[in-house]
Amino acid sequence: MSTQAITSMHEPDSAHPATGEQADNAISVTDLTVAFERAGKTIRAVNGVSFHVAKGETLVLIGESGSGKSVTLRALMRLHPERQTRQSGSIQINRQEVLQMDRRQLRALRGKKIAMVFQEPLLALDPVYTVGQQMIECIRTHHQISTQQARARAIEALEAVRIPSPERRLAAYPHEMSGGMRQRAMIALALSAQPEVLLADEPTTALDATVQIQVLILMRELQKQLGLAIVFVTHDIGAATEMADRVAVMYGGRIVEEGSIREILQDARHPYTLALLKSRRHGMERGKPLDVIRGSPPDLANLPPGCPFAARCEHVLARCTTSVPQTTKISQSHQVQCHLAVA
Amino acid sequence: MTTTLTQTEDIGGPAQPLLIVKNLLKHFPLKAPFFSRAATAVQAVDDISFDVMKNETLGIVGESGCGKSTTARLLMQLLQQDRGELIFDGQTVGSAQLPMKSFRRQVQMVFQDSYSSLNPRMTILDTIAFAPIVHGMSPGQAEREALQLLENVGLDPQRFAGRYPHELSGGQRQRVNIARAIALKPRLIILDEAVSALDKSVEAQVLNLLSDLKKKYNLTFVFISHDLSVIEYLCDRVLVMYLGKVVELGTTRQVLNTPSHPYTQALLASVPTTDPDRRTEKAPLAGDPPNPIEPPSGCRFHPRCSQMIPQCKSNMPLLLTHRPGHQVACIRVNDRIGQSVSTAQQASADMSI
Amino acid sequence: MTDYSLNRNADLLLVQAHRSTGYWSGVMLNLRRNKVAMFAACLLLLLLLMAILAPWIMPADPYKSSIIHRLKPIGTENYLLGTDELGRDMLSRLILGARLSLFMGITPVIIAFAIGGTIGVIAGYAGGRINAVIMRLTDVLYAFPSVLLAIALSGTLGAGTGNALLSLTVVFIPQIIRVAESVTTQMRTQEFVDAARTSGASPVRIVFSQVLNNVLGPIFVFSTSLISVSMILASGLSFLGLGVKPPEPEWGLMLNTLRTAIYTQPVIAALPGLMIFITSISFNVFSDGLRQAMDIKE
Repeated sequence: MSTQAITSMHEPDSAHPATGEQADNAISVTDLTVAFERAGKTIRAVNGVSFHVAKGETLVLIGESGSGKSVTLRALMRLHPERQTRQSGSIQINRQEVLQMDRRQLRALRGKKIAMVFQEPLLALDPVYTVGQQMIECIRTHHQISTQQARARAIEALEAVRIPSPERRLAAYPHEMSGGMRQRAMIALALSAQPEVLLADEPTTALDATVQIQVLILMRELQKQLGLAIVFVTHDIGAATEMADRVAVMYGGRIVEEGSIREILQDARHPYTLALLKSRRHGMERGKPLDVIRGSPPDLANLPPGCPFAARCEHVLARCTTSVPQTTKISQSHQVQCHLAVA
Repeated sequence: MTTTLTQTEDIGGPAQPLLIVKNLLKHFPLKAPFFSRAATAVQAVDDISFDVMKNETLGIVGESGCGKSTTARLLMQLLQQDRGELIFDGQTVGSAQLPMKSFRRQVQMVFQDSYSSLNPRMTILDTIAFAPIVHGMSPGQAEREALQLLENVGLDPQRFAGRYPHELSGGQRQRVNIARAIALKPRLIILDEAVSALDKSVEAQVLNLLSDLKKKYNLTFVFISHDLSVIEYLCDRVLVMYLGKVVELGTTRQVLNTPSHPYTQALLASVPTTDPDRRTEKAPLAGDPPNPIEPPSGCRFHPRCSQMIPQCKSNMPLLLTHRPGHQVACIRVNDRIGQSVSTAQQASADMSI
Repeated sequence: MTDYSLNRNADLLLVQAHRSTGYWSGVMLNLRRNKVAMFAACLLLLLLLMAILAPWIMPADPYKSSIIHRLKPIGTENYLLGTDELGRDMLSRLILGARLSLFMGITPVIIAFAIGGTIGVIAGYAGGRINAVIMRLTDVLYAFPSVLLAIALSGTLGAGTGNALLSLTVVFIPQIIRVAESVTTQMRTQEFVDAARTSGASPVRIVFSQVLNNVLGPIFVFSTSLISVSMILASGLSFLGLGVKPPEPEWGLMLNTLRTAIYTQPVIAALPGLMIFITSISFNVFSDGLRQAMDIKE
């Protein structure tokens, strides 16, 4: 009943189901670069990232720390401080160019068209306001309705994320809720203004296993009902398997491989992807030493020329250290950036 | 001052458990609000008993509020238990036979947060050399051995010895913590979520290191984690905790392949799928792990248990053996193996020898 | 595994060398980059030198009064900064006054740092009942506004430099205890202290070898910020007639005695206040710079 209420508030565009190549992608990123100026050094966090996400589709950005996945996500809403950040390329949310927007347009974009869920709700939610106050503020910022009406919508949003006794929870402060409930409340807050795109930055990493699966299932259901496009950042292949339609593997600020979840799991081509898969249940054998990727993550302030993974790759060729690999298409939906794949 | 520390002797022999945990209990009292009736307590660890055998790796799993971190601190005696005792290689910890300082030489700990467990104003070398100096080694000798330890854990002594914690990465810091833990040549190391904060690739390196060190130094590990794949890889036996109690204990294969307790089953079913065509449709457990302040009556898991029967509300299940080496604390299993209370008391007496 | 017997001493030397570029030198480096703080430090050094070398650099006798030359303005022949209400040379009195003023500013803080720091660290590390007893006793003293407390104590003990020093010390001890306890409590909950406990070290040893090097910094910085307060309070006590007794030159006392001259020679009457101001600000800026330098971690 409650999810119907949210659905009726939101008019999903059911005429255009999710397929990669359609022109009306909810998100279309082309050649995005993001660099930070910090203490005289330039940190090249994102180096030419392109992807698209259709309505109702989930793209998972997977990688480890320093891969640029969180930076990419935050760039989609232009959350990085303007003065120290240099961004180039194109980010189109429903065909509007985000990198050209002025502040008024950005305010109209954030919350209403695109919303974000973070890893640690205690840090993302304001601790001195109740959850209800934050939700009502969000709703009224984007819709011209009264406080009573906004309160009613807030309750419906909390019901949609399966928080019991929503009226009481409206009056609760974030620290008074348990971890799983806080995360649900954050999802409800993010969805309260009915965005079309949801960005999720490791939303389940800090949760217990039994709670994590609940939140993942919830997000999938909400996506189906609301037709959301979701970009989900994680380092956990398991979460990716539960959520993703497509996966983009990131390393050193680039997407090294991209494909459907099945293609990535069963037919991975990039050495880094293969190494990632092996480091998980797919490759851990009792009694045998674990396969280790030698070396350490790249220094984003001193990125070497060529493929960012070259220094750690077992199959490295001379080419790899000098030139960045071009994108090779393996199938209509599967592509990889690797010199080995060209052969 | 002795110049070097020798490995402590094995007193009880291989059959003697290295550590016997007996009825450990720790409650943290909460101040009662001014006008309420009685003060409540956080029942963090409530009467747990288990053994740690020599040279094994015992895993402890559980979610928030289960008491595993408190258990780690009790085993390390960073906290004093309210009730119960620890018996290390046949000697009671804290007794005249085994005073605290001797116990500390034989049991060490690696913490989860690699950064806050290192003194930010001490060099790596000083941090590692600290414990041996406390136990009587000369500073010069301690520093020499610390350099060797750094090499043993894979850190180049020339590059790292004079550095400070903030100059190191998470993986490197954790190696320092491990070096510090083995500096006293202990017999038991407790690892409290030691690899949880590391990237997967770094985690793999550290796990390999731990396996190597275990063989080289003849160590026993108690490995606390929430990550079941690491537990499956590393541990010989597994202990599952819920709300301050042990609910299941057995070999890794037994517990992870044929879990007998409904909570363990739900925990395993909550692990994300490996097959994108067969995604998890329904979450095995609803709601969050509860707060150990006012635990449910009877079996603590009964409010969330899909297999609950009426007795679960009133009776406390006992941790009993229902298959060789495999113990479960579940009323239904207790009933199934047809053990009455008196036989159960006998069984738990057998267990703690 | 390489054999270390031959290389160990060489390695140790290398380690010692690296250690010298350790924490405190890092702090010094950061401090040197802070231009404002370095300027303040230079000023303070000059003032200190002035106080030490006072008898040799004074142009005239600071005690020699001359009724004829009362309240001469700045620039008078022989009296560079004019004269005070008793005809004494202002410049000489200001220079010599630096001794007493700086002494009254620094000494109470040093003593309070030693006493309060010790008590605070003990309270912080011990926790529990010992902490409660110490902190509640501290609260009693802390409840009094510092100025009132200083005046009350001074008044009870009687005027004089020694009594003023004593009352100022008593005023500052609770404040330092508070800061010391708070910082130590924070440190105590850090896991590295737990790690130190797992080594079997006694609490005293842990405090001395692990906790002290972490808490000394913040306590020290807080204490240096108290120096300016101490100077002003001492000047205030002298102004009220409770501290230094005339004819000793002390900036606060000079402010008092020059009170009536504010209508005739306002600049001269303000000069001691200017010295207090410059010194206080310099201490504050320097201690703030020190705090910033110690905060920075790459």
